[in-house]
Amino acid sequence: MLETLGVACSRGDRTLFSQLDLSLGGGRLLRVMGANGSGKTSLLRILCGLRAPNAGEVRWRGAPIASSEAREGFHRELLYIGHLNGLKDEFSAMENLAASAVLAGMASDPMPLRRALERMELAHIAGLPARHLSQGQKRRVALARLLLAADRPLWILDEPFNALDAKAVALVEQVLAAHAAAGGAVVFTTHFEPAIPAARIDRLDLDRMQDGQPC
Amino acid sequence: MLSLFAGVLARDLRLALRRRGDVLNTLAFFVMVTSLFPLGVGADSKLLAAIAPGILWVAALLAAMLSFARLFDSDYADGTLEQMALAAEPLALIVLAKAAAHWVTTGLLLSLLAPVMGLQFGLTGALTGTLCLSLLLGTPLLSLLGAVAAALTLGLRGAGVLSALLLMPLFVPVLIFGSGAVAAADSGTGAQSHLLLLGGLLMLALPLAPLAASAALRLAVDSA
Repeated sequence: MLETLGVACSRGDRTLFSQLDLSLGGGRLLRVMGANGSGKTSLLRILCGLRAPNAGEVRWRGAPIASSEAREGFHRELLYIGHLNGLKDEFSAMENLAASAVLAGMASDPMPLRRALERMELAHIAGLPARHLSQGQKRRVALARLLLAADRPLWILDEPFNALDAKAVALVEQVLAAHAAAGGAVVFTTHFEPAIPAARIDRLDLDRMQDGQPC
Repeated sequence: MLSLFAGVLARDLRLALRRRGDVLNTLAFFVMVTSLFPLGVGADSKLLAAIAPGILWVAALLAAMLSFARLFDSDYADGTLEQMALAAEPLALIVLAKAAAHWVTTGLLLSLLAPVMGLQFGLTGALTGTLCLSLLLGTPLLSLLGAVAAALTLGLRGAGVLSALLLMPLFVPVLIFGSGAVAAADSGTGAQSHLLLLGGLLMLALPLAPLAASAALRLAVDSA
């Protein structure tokens, strides 16, 4: 579904990676690894079209995502959660989730939203302004979007497990595995070993790239 | 498409309601500035009535300029702008909704406040009506142009001053036709031509400014 052809990325004068060829099909999880500053976030932003690659191109179902016609179709099938949560301090968890759903073009009926918050164990604080939530709770509000986006084939998640407690990590891992099992694809970064069966996870290590091929 | 526009508009209005202080600051600034002039200029009622449209317009323009930073700044800082750039509908539509919300919380309120402030200058009823009309036509234009400047300077150091410098020349025609409308009505030639020109400029900016602003926002997100 998602392919990259000779993608390169540089920050300032430094080349982070180049000649990166990737191909990601449905039912797969891809974990992007690498040290701080190795370009994990930049790669994810390139994959979802927020950032233009310095060379090469990204294709979704064969069409380059840089073209504006392909972009909207691609974004309809994509869910991206960056390392920023995208929450407004003044809004409650519920309002934040509803606002995100509107932007993503998902139905914003209150029922599925409430169910998503319940599943993230946020039901008791759904009406609280986000400014009173802890980092982990804020992250869970952001990740509740995953539960609304089961029908989106591609998920791109930047450090989804950040600030989560063990129970929430297990829940998110379960959600990711279920998405892959249902034929979706997930690209994510994380600093610790996820407890998803290793056979289902592809790895891309940006620290050990030789001519763009992960080794 | 309409649901996205309405959704973003409702969200921004609700946010402005939660951040009432920002809106009230803008209005307080407008009230203060327009109140200082009669105190400074003196009680010459003829002079006051003559300078009133210009002063009310300049004050509205400066008050609007103070508020452009809040158009995109918080969305940029908290990551909402990324979600907007990844929406399945054109980003320009979101920009248009945000500019509309900005207008409701600044331009519309300023236009409604202006007749009250006009009392201090001894503006007659008919001229107050023309002033109000010219502000209602001109302030959406300010919001649209402001959105372009705010998008262009997003994430830059000294963005506020830079966007003010970018906007000043663009605001000149709005100011001339806006305050000119009242002067023309006063001199008996009629405000219609000025108001039509303002309306024409608004029709031009309505489709173009969101497109320009959304292109600038994509650049800002790209370099984040």
